[in-house]
Amino acid sequence: MTQSLDRLVDMPTAEALYLKLLEGVRTLIKDLPQEQVHLVGILSGGAWLAERLQQDLKLPGAMGSLNISFYRDDFDRIGLHNQVTPSEIAFDVVDRHLIVVDDVLYTGRTIRAAMNELFDYGRPASVKLVVLIDRQERQLPICADFSAWQIAEASTGSVVLAKTEQGTFSLHIEPETPDA
Amino acid sequence: MRNPQLNKHGELTHLISTEGLSRDILQHILDTAQTFVPLAERDVKKVPLLRGKSVFNLFFENSTRTRTTFEIAATRLSADVFNLNINVSSAAKGETLLDTIANLSAMQADIFVVRHESSGAPYLIARHVSPDVHVINAGDGRHAHPTQALLDMYTIRHFKKSFSNLTVAIVGDVLHSRVARSNIHALTTLGVAEVRAIAPLTLLPSGLAEMGVKTYTDMAQGLKDVDVIIMLRLQNERMRGALLPSSHEYFKHFGLTQEKLAYAKPDALVMHPGPMNRGVEIESAVADGPQSVILNQVTFGIAVRMAVMSIVAGASS
Repeated sequence: MTQSLDRLVDMPTAEALYLKLLEGVRTLIKDLPQEQVHLVGILSGGAWLAERLQQDLKLPGAMGSLNISFYRDDFDRIGLHNQVTPSEIAFDVVDRHLIVVDDVLYTGRTIRAAMNELFDYGRPASVKLVVLIDRQERQLPICADFSAWQIAEASTGSVVLAKTEQGTFSLHIEPETPDA
Repeated sequence: MRNPQLNKHGELTHLISTEGLSRDILQHILDTAQTFVPLAERDVKKVPLLRGKSVFNLFFENSTRTRTTFEIAATRLSADVFNLNINVSSAAKGETLLDTIANLSAMQADIFVVRHESSGAPYLIARHVSPDVHVINAGDGRHAHPTQALLDMYTIRHFKKSFSNLTVAIVGDVLHSRVARSNIHALTTLGVAEVRAIAPLTLLPSGLAEMGVKTYTDMAQGLKDVDVIIMLRLQNERMRGALLPSSHEYFKHFGLTQEKLAYAKPDALVMHPGPMNRGVEIESAVADGPQSVILNQVTFGIAVRMAVMSIVAGASS
């Protein structure tokens, strides 16, 4: 179902979307050798999702997280923002099947940066992308292998994922940041 | 007047000294360095942050180690690095410092890493480069060595987690030491409980009390219950006149031995900016002992220099 961000009266809850994402990932990896599958979440929203997916899917391999700041294409314009959490890929990516997880797919630039970073850890067997929300306004030839929700029309805000202390998710709208 | 290291948006655009930098800026550098540390364990130890940028290492004074760590840092950020041994080229032919810089700027430099025997040389260069060129001080005269201080701060934070309750002693040739000066400013800004300087009276500069530093001429008193000991190199090449009777005599009173180390807290860190004079300011058993973090300092130095380069290069012009 495709909806506009400007008319979010019937926005699904983050929890409902998460359950859809979980089923989507389950289907996506069912034919892969499970011991070779690793989730890689993009900090911070994608990493939260990957953590919970890791628990629910009970994958034998460790998950990883990526801080893509050093691979962004807008460093010359915006410089370095405050850094706290480094990337953590504590497994050998060579010949593994990686599932990159992010909260919102928008221009595609974050995913371009994430792929470049991943390949600096080694050569994976395959990389798939799953996202909670696909905003479908791509500036690069990148698409998700699974998205739980699609928003089609141009809009004036961005959807932001938040996590409660209990580990559940919620969505809210913030003023536009053009680089998601 | 604005701090000359900051641009009009308050961002760090040159690193000349730790003096006058806010706690936020220092923390930002340390946090950024922390994200670079794990890179060393990857297949590809580089990130593309400074791809296409040119870093010129201008060493008017020799230092193989510092120059090499800057070179590694720039290379790991994917910058192109050019090493110039100025002391054997243009300067020797009589070219002025600013003419040298003007010529190098015309070669499209983005960052100058400058070491100079005269205090203030990096500042002079920073004042004369265009706004999109950045200057990093790699040690100037007796003035400052900010990246050494920052890597010392990183090392302390790594092992001690926070600065607030620490007593830090700086031991040795404080008078001639740019490392000591930069460390005192950084430690004070980051909020340590107490900074001490321990040295013979002839090697203690005036004005330490105004900087909030307690001075000692006796190791037993000065090292009592400290958390961190920063040893300084006895700078033979900087000695003018008879400030000390002999290096043997110096070691007897101010050399860090296991016996003197016992005055400090049992988990006190032993640091040294290198190169060490074993048997002059530090005993081998201490330098290589379990409390020594001297080699950690070297490793962290690369990540800290990467952080500084990427932060100044990202400042808006």
